[in-house]
Amino acid sequence: MRQGSLAVVDTERAIKLGTLFVVEARLRTMLHWIFSLLTGSLLNPFFYLASLGIGVGTFINSRAGSGGVDGVKYIVFLAPALLASVAIQDFMGEVTFPVLQGFKWEKLFFAMNATPLSGRQIALGTYFSAMLRTVGSVLIYFAVLVGFKAVHPAQAWPMMLTSLFAAACFAAIMLAAAAATENDDLFLNLMGRLLIMPLFLFSGTFYPLTSMPIPLQAIGWISPLWHATEIGRWVSYGHSIPGTMIAIHFIYLTVLLVVGLLWAFNRFEYRLSK
Amino acid sequence: MHKESLIQAKGLTKLYGDFAAVKGIDFSVHKGESFGFLGPNGAGKSTTMRIIAATLTRTSGEISILGKDPAERGPEIRAHLGVVPQQDNLDQALTVTDNLYIYGRYFGLSRKFIRAKIEELLDFAQLVEKRDVKVETLSGGMKRRLTIARALISEPEILMLDEPTTGLDPQARHILWDRLFRLKEQGVTLLITTHYMDEAEQLCDRLMVMDKGSIMAEDSPSGLIKKYSTKEVLEVRFGSDKNAEVSPQLSTLCERMEVLPDRILMYADDAELLLEEIRKKGLHPVTSLVRRSSLEDVFLRLTGRSLVE
Ligand SMILES: Nc1ncnc2c1ncn2[C@@H]1O[C@H](COP(=O)(O)OP(=O)(O)OP(=O)(O)O)[C@@H](O)[C@H]1O
Ligand SMILES: [Mg+2]
Repeated sequence: MRQGSLAVVDTERAIKLGTLFVVEARLRTMLHWIFSLLTGSLLNPFFYLASLGIGVGTFINSRAGSGGVDGVKYIVFLAPALLASVAIQDFMGEVTFPVLQGFKWEKLFFAMNATPLSGRQIALGTYFSAMLRTVGSVLIYFAVLVGFKAVHPAQAWPMMLTSLFAAACFAAIMLAAAAATENDDLFLNLMGRLLIMPLFLFSGTFYPLTSMPIPLQAIGWISPLWHATEIGRWVSYGHSIPGTMIAIHFIYLTVLLVVGLLWAFNRFEYRLSK
Repeated sequence: MHKESLIQAKGLTKLYGDFAAVKGIDFSVHKGESFGFLGPNGAGKSTTMRIIAATLTRTSGEISILGKDPAERGPEIRAHLGVVPQQDNLDQALTVTDNLYIYGRYFGLSRKFIRAKIEELLDFAQLVEKRDVKVETLSGGMKRRLTIARALISEPEILMLDEPTTGLDPQARHILWDRLFRLKEQGVTLLITTHYMDEAEQLCDRLMVMDKGSIMAEDSPSGLIKKYSTKEVLEVRFGSDKNAEVSPQLSTLCERMEVLPDRILMYADDAELLLEEIRKKGLHPVTSLVRRSSLEDVFLRLTGRSLVE
């Protein structure tokens, strides 16, 4: 067996393309659960839309007269929130569990870091592969929304981009937080109970945020889901919001993205080299 | 002979908080040699290895690997290393071949190259039958062999093995030693940590004995024995309570003596002769054993402690 030659590894190429190799490996791993990923992506919107969109919707639409909510049928009002929420949850899942696994459970990141890969490349590779997976979920979800007549595809398709964008911004923070945590049990508990549920319930998901008392509205203001939902409703059915608010939504999300990624790079490099 | 040194360290120090795990050590490793770190638990072997592997950041001191500073050019250095960490960190959810494949990709190797290499490595690690099995179902020794195979996917110039044979059965150990010999013949530089004396004697051209973060001695295995021990050792037992009692009488007979709880080690160049002299004095050990000095004796001399406790 030939060994010990410097000729085999093209150092420059390895260093330049590291992020891509991480993405490739992550996708390869995800392929092992492709079936459960796909069924999850299909069944989740189906159940939500059937129960909330049709069930609750019929009830609400009949009460509110022909106006529905925010001037549209309930299912149309609901759709942007559901799409943004699934994007955020899937993206978040793909940047938290693999990171806990990488640093703590199986220490895979330490194995990866013994190759030319840098901490930043491992962080970015994890992030981009999560993004690709989320693109898949968003496409499927959108198709189901179209099937339920919850969106007009020709008009509402940019909503896929805005949902993905919001998810990408929030996931950057979660990527960093997962890399920063030493206590994985606590992290998962906090994430499940204090983050996912409240954000889902208090972000103007099921009714306009303004129908809540101000202190509860505040949860929505910091929630990426609320910002994403507002933009989504604007894109989908022309929900009216002032231009400054649209700018604020985008700026807020962009700040999360930039801060999140910089924090994540820092944490990855630190954890791997200590 | 001109020796090109691949690794050079001077005053290398690592602090964890205010605990010094490595205390200003100097060493250098030459191209093509097999260099060992021998020491008990907590000596700082793994810490030193991780600094050389360009992953752990040193606190102070100098180190260059392949002429580069790991703090600045880690990825470039790591491109030429094969690392076997003390704890296996394989991807449990993937198959044996997928683990090798993915790792090869991290080095930027082409798919074609990796596929061919995987066949060689499966053979090397005796895992051909397990190629499509998930890692989580492998036995401990098989995982160890896979980790070693994985480190070879990029044909590294320096192979670093942190306690490579821990968890391997005797047969697998000897096979691995044989494979490592062959790698060395092909010019691979080996860095090995171990607390097995026989492994250190078998595998290493040069050894650094470490204890509590410092270097106690450094030489070839035979050089160490020559320097720190006698040619032979006589091990005698008088029964646990009598050992201490007779030891003052024995101490005048030999160069050096170690009284262990269960036996007395007496150092001399001719142990048979020594045993005769003991008998002449009217002392009759329950058991006696004459053997050659080993690294264990060197370690005992250097640290006052036994390596295997
Ligand atoms: N991450 C860490 N944080 C704090 N202390 C550490 C850390 N890693 C190692 N140490 C300490 O540094 C010392 C040296 O550890 P190291 O793992 O290098 O020893 P070793 O020689 O490899 O031992 P062993 O034979 O048990 O593997 C030990 O006292 C250990 O407790
Ligand atoms: Mg160790």
